[in-house]
Amino acid sequence: MRDLLRRATDNRFFRSIVRHGFPDSNRNRSLVVFSNFFMHIHPTKVRLRAIEFARTLYLGGLSAGCFFILVVTGVLLMFYYRPSVPQGYHDMKDLQFTVSVGMFLRNLHRWTAHTMVAFVMAHMAVTFFRGAYRPPREFNWVLGVFLLVMTILLSYTGYLLPWDQLAYWAVTVGTNMAESVPVVGSKVKLLMLGGHTINESALIRFYVLHCVVLPLLMVLGISVHIWRVRKDGGIHLPPVDGDKT
Amino acid sequence: MRTFEATGGDNAQKVPVRVVVVQGEERPPVDVTDEPMVMTFPHLLVRELIAFLALSLVLILLSLFANAPLEEIANPTRTPNPAKAPWYFLGLQELLHYYPPLVSGVIMPGFLIVALVIIPYAKINLERRPLVEQKRSGMLLILWGVIAALSLIFYFTGSEPVWPFIGTLLLVGVGMTLGATSTSKNPMLVWLRSRSLPFWIFSWFLLAATVLTLIGVFFRGPGWRFILPWRDGIYY
Repeated sequence: MRDLLRRATDNRFFRSIVRHGFPDSNRNRSLVVFSNFFMHIHPTKVRLRAIEFARTLYLGGLSAGCFFILVVTGVLLMFYYRPSVPQGYHDMKDLQFTVSVGMFLRNLHRWTAHTMVAFVMAHMAVTFFRGAYRPPREFNWVLGVFLLVMTILLSYTGYLLPWDQLAYWAVTVGTNMAESVPVVGSKVKLLMLGGHTINESALIRFYVLHCVVLPLLMVLGISVHIWRVRKDGGIHLPPVDGDKT
Repeated sequence: MRTFEATGGDNAQKVPVRVVVVQGEERPPVDVTDEPMVMTFPHLLVRELIAFLALSLVLILLSLFANAPLEEIANPTRTPNPAKAPWYFLGLQELLHYYPPLVSGVIMPGFLIVALVIIPYAKINLERRPLVEQKRSGMLLILWGVIAALSLIFYFTGSEPVWPFIGTLLLVGVGMTLGATSTSKNPMLVWLRSRSLPFWIFSWFLLAATVLTLIGVFFRGPGWRFILPWRDGIYY
């Protein structure tokens, strides 16, 4: 097996893509990480303590994993969904009854979304209890708060899209709250909904926010968040002698 | 001692002459350690892969067996009773039951966001000294004074007593008192003793938010009346 892999990777074509040799030496293993666009968010070596499951429960990574699943399933759902009234609702029915694995696709998107909200909240709690917001990681904590708000907004804007009773009234509860902001409240609500009630212009606004604006902000935020982890010296580890919280 | 001045210049080959990086406490900890290190490939990448596959497996199984809800088409003229927000907003919606929308929908969540943002900039959160270490005279008195004052506020200001706040506050107070007074070697009590004030405040917030959300999801029925889910069913 190893010989086969070695032969497959040891030729000019493969070496033009991946410039280092077979990763059985620590030098080449470093290069796997160091010379790869997708891996370069990692250092080439990590402290064993930093990658223990019990330390972080991998919640940050799993939240990012949820986001990845959501992007994939979300794009697939976009092929079948038209954001208009009442067509949006009928497209949901089609997904349920006529599109192959349509129901599964929608289920996966919805359950992953709920999971992501829960994971991001849990990630924040673990980060607090570990004291990992301490300098030099203060700003990354602030970015994390931003990402939590983005996650909730993404989930919330997606909630309206099925255009069923559940969606409509859940979103109504939220927009009524926005209305109670002093002075600008009714203006904010008008801006969110594109009208005084939730109708088609609200649906298209939520759709564009959900499918374009917020995901772009999210990708940007996650990128900076992960980049800052590296720049701030990797994940927070307490001194070897004790865990003071 | 020579001093260097940072200057601009058009020739990037000649300027800057020296780069001096002295950043004091901002410097990330890059000190050499003798603790065990492993190569990212394979050790970390394999863990990441396994974690992601496990996550996918769980979510896929869930999606195969549990269907996402889809009710009738939206009808602005027929309000369901109760109309509930997504679960992560149900804590706020539950608060709406006690306080006017301005307080529960704007001031409290706004305060929460601000409080979260300033956490890493407050000295008390950086030191996180165990409560017992601070040895203030009458610390317990002050502690219970504050708890009593807050409880009274939550008892009288809401449309009805905000038990989710008061109950969790008392629970946290008991934990703090146990930690501050015990001298036992019981590991649980030793752990409590080493907790700091920020730990207790954050724990209270988490507990209160969880209780509010659970009540909102399971214990509220038509007209936002208190119900028992095992008797009246779940309205969610």
